[in-house]
Amino acid sequence: MGRAGWGLSPPGVLFAVLGLGALLLPFLTVAANRIVAGDGVLPWRLAAPAVTLPGTAAVMAGLLLGLPSAWPRLRFAGSILGLAGLLWLLMQGAPALLVGAGDYARVSPAIGFWCLLLILMLLMADALAQLAPGSLARGALLAAVLGTLALILWSGTLSQLSILQEYAGRREAFADAAVRHLALAFGSLATAAAIGFPLGILCHRRSSLRTTTLPVLSFLQTIPSLAMFGLMIPILGWVGDSVPGAQAIGIAGIGFAPAFLALVLYSLLPVVGNTVTGLAATPPSALEAARGMGMTPRQRLWQVELPLGLPIILTGLRIVLVQNVGLAVIAGLIGGGGFGTFVFQGLNQTATDLILLGALPTVALALVSAIVMDILVELASPTPQGTA
Amino acid sequence: MRIGVGTILRPALVLLLLALVLRPDWFAPVFRPLAPEGAPAIYARSSLLSLSLSHLGLVAAATAAATLVAVTLAILVTRPAGEAFRPLSRTVTNMGQTFPPVAVLALAVPALGFGAGPTLVALFLYGLLPIFENATIALSTLPPATMEAARGMGLNRWQRLVQVELPLAFPVILTGIRLSVVIALGTATIGSTVAARTLGEVIIAGLLTSNTAYVLQGGIIVGLFAVLIYDALVQLEARLARHTGGRRTA
Amino acid sequence: MIEIDRITKTYNGVKAVDAVTMTVETGTITVIVGTSGSGKTTLLRMINRLEEPTSGEVRINGVSTLATKPHLLRRRIGYAIQGHGLFPHHTVARNIGAVPRLLDWPKDKIEARVDELLTLFSMDPAQFRDRYPAELSGGQQQRVGVARALASRPDLLLMDEPFGALDPIIRARAQDDLRRIQKALGSTIMLVTHDMEEAIRLGDRVAVMDGGKLVQHGTPAEIIAQPATDFVANMVGEVERPLRLLSLIPLCDLVEDGDAPGAALPADASLRDALAACLWTGRSAVPVERDGDVVGRVTFDAIRARAELRA
Repeated sequence: MGRAGWGLSPPGVLFAVLGLGALLLPFLTVAANRIVAGDGVLPWRLAAPAVTLPGTAAVMAGLLLGLPSAWPRLRFAGSILGLAGLLWLLMQGAPALLVGAGDYARVSPAIGFWCLLLILMLLMADALAQLAPGSLARGALLAAVLGTLALILWSGTLSQLSILQEYAGRREAFADAAVRHLALAFGSLATAAAIGFPLGILCHRRSSLRTTTLPVLSFLQTIPSLAMFGLMIPILGWVGDSVPGAQAIGIAGIGFAPAFLALVLYSLLPVVGNTVTGLAATPPSALEAARGMGMTPRQRLWQVELPLGLPIILTGLRIVLVQNVGLAVIAGLIGGGGFGTFVFQGLNQTATDLILLGALPTVALALVSAIVMDILVELASPTPQGTA
Repeated sequence: MRIGVGTILRPALVLLLLALVLRPDWFAPVFRPLAPEGAPAIYARSSLLSLSLSHLGLVAAATAAATLVAVTLAILVTRPAGEAFRPLSRTVTNMGQTFPPVAVLALAVPALGFGAGPTLVALFLYGLLPIFENATIALSTLPPATMEAARGMGLNRWQRLVQVELPLAFPVILTGIRLSVVIALGTATIGSTVAARTLGEVIIAGLLTSNTAYVLQGGIIVGLFAVLIYDALVQLEARLARHTGGRRTA
Repeated sequence: MIEIDRITKTYNGVKAVDAVTMTVETGTITVIVGTSGSGKTTLLRMINRLEEPTSGEVRINGVSTLATKPHLLRRRIGYAIQGHGLFPHHTVARNIGAVPRLLDWPKDKIEARVDELLTLFSMDPAQFRDRYPAELSGGQQQRVGVARALASRPDLLLMDEPFGALDPIIRARAQDDLRRIQKALGSTIMLVTHDMEEAIRLGDRVAVMDGGKLVQHGTPAEIIAQPATDFVANMVGEVERPLRLLSLIPLCDLVEDGDAPGAALPADASLRDALAACLWTGRSAVPVERDGDVVGRVTFDAIRARAELRA
């Protein structure tokens, strides 16, 4: 890493080569309507040269700034410049291509755009890995990225893109799906935590309980998601039919309840397993000292074992949250709502934009959850980093 | 105690699975009450055996390709020449694994169309990460004394890699493969929504026609496959770990 | 005064500690020494009831330890262990103040006590108070561990191989520190070790354990001069016995009038130091000084006579 001076960063070289190659691929697609396949348009054919040139130049400059290995800040700035170039091309290209293309015409990002986006984000990740920012800096960076994204979407500069046109037609359904998705992911997390923490603490105390509980939970974790969601349907359908009042509170074979229950079952292993591992991470000598100085079992748990195990326990919650955000998509198949509804509708209608409308927010939500939880885990580490 | 339960349960579950796949009609009386009036209780639109074989084939092909690529990449980034790619590869594996498998599958459709193709690609891409992560950890945390001894006795780089590093890293790599296989089995089930021939077809058919019998039938078969394959790989790992002195990651 | 009365611990029919009876005087250090499996640690852990005795009892100042709930009993008894057992997520100050906090001392009293102890252990409070254990050296961690055990001014301090994880030089310093602090505070200490050298160096009384039984209990000099069994003799080391004995006797015991060449030794140095000085520099006598003035000499012959007499 310490190569000083003008040395080239090998990943930077890779990104530059791949990125320049991706500039030769179609950047946007124009289609006559939302179902048919479209025609790809190369970056420099999007609009007049005076318009496309700055964008293309910014992308190329960004890729070149990623080359010197000794200046991670410069490489980071390069990735920002490149992304700005991509945004410019999208903003300028979409309206230009729609001129005279017909009322139902749709413009969407094509392979070239996605490749460049991926490459520039990898460049940013590589530069950030070199810079190794602290947890607060990463939090600020995440907030800045999300703020910029929100600003771009809110300003309407990209409203000509097909995915946003798709969104414009289903604002309410989208808001509903978002609320449902969050309720599924966070609700099941909270429920699993409420059950899993006490269970984990009990398992920590009693090894007999541990040796029976953990295998059962990892068995549950192994069952493929579609099968698990499917199996919940007859079970909850039976409960809904036979337990008086169950249907009144929303327990039925199809819909929110089976999806929620399936997610809770999947969440138990990471919560219980990491609670057990976290509590067992206390150094034996510290535990012996705690006993020797006269702490009660409750005091040992709250003052020693839980604080020391907190990072591992939070890591369990990170796994659960990321996993549930993804699995909640399956709820779309059994009428449980969430972004999965769009994904599977889109697959049925072979409407790419609709698939993206469901998949992209899910991916973004999972990424943001992971980054936020990583920051929390780091903040919860009791001893200063690097000295422990 | 657990071994006792396993030795009885394992063959029983294998037999149950074989019967469900090869002689589905035997179970008609069991599933009958769950099927709607007049609807068939046993999925007969295509043979469960061919669906199972196609399902397992997809998983095997994707996992084999993912193993080959992931281990090669892991070897490259753990050599001195690939050192510069280490921090990047760590970020990519960390963030890449947060991508929901279903989303990866859905995103592969616009690029590759419907059928087995996108499923295979999604399974492959998603399968890379756990294997790569475990292989990188395993290859970069080999016992230094052993590596020093291997150099000291005059093995060249290639010999060290083939005779010492890979065999020692193998149990940990296998753990990565197991994680990858479990995810692939689940994701392949969803692959039937993009018209890949997998066991998910049975469940989806059940969901579309509100035939709980199908849902349960498909769910049980897929679940049994997953649990038995997972268990077999755990057993294999435990056996290998005994040979290499119990080096395992969580 | 600590009275241990026919205390016994049985695991699955095997007696780990077999009817041990001994008395520890207030303000002294008693070192329990033995090989691993001799029951020495079990004996120690029965005193603060980390292990419950199968039979027998321990009385502290006449009151049976069975009369108090175990966790309340332990708050009155200091406990320091090998590898220090500090809480990695708490600062030095919070670690030292742990027992006072359990006892609900007022905050300012805890703070004052923490600073007092850090100073006593030659660690600058301003510098060390807010550090985490991981930021300290091994020797510093061990000192904080002992300071924590002493924080609530316990009736008794139990130490289980407290210096086991330290390297020899730091270990010797830690032993000297413990001696000094014990003298200053007048604490009563029971310490477990497998190292006879440490036992002789630190103990006012040494208790030797073998196979769960107390085989000898006496002053270090008694243990060396009259080992009760072959096992004790073996622990002391047959060959080194004269040297061990000499190391217990200060020069002032044998000082006589007269001159001697070369550098002087202080009066509280041991005969072993004087013997080494004679052999190393080829002298037949060394001068002895007290507070800078030469008060006489100790001769090689006198040292030899003293060693012969006892051995």
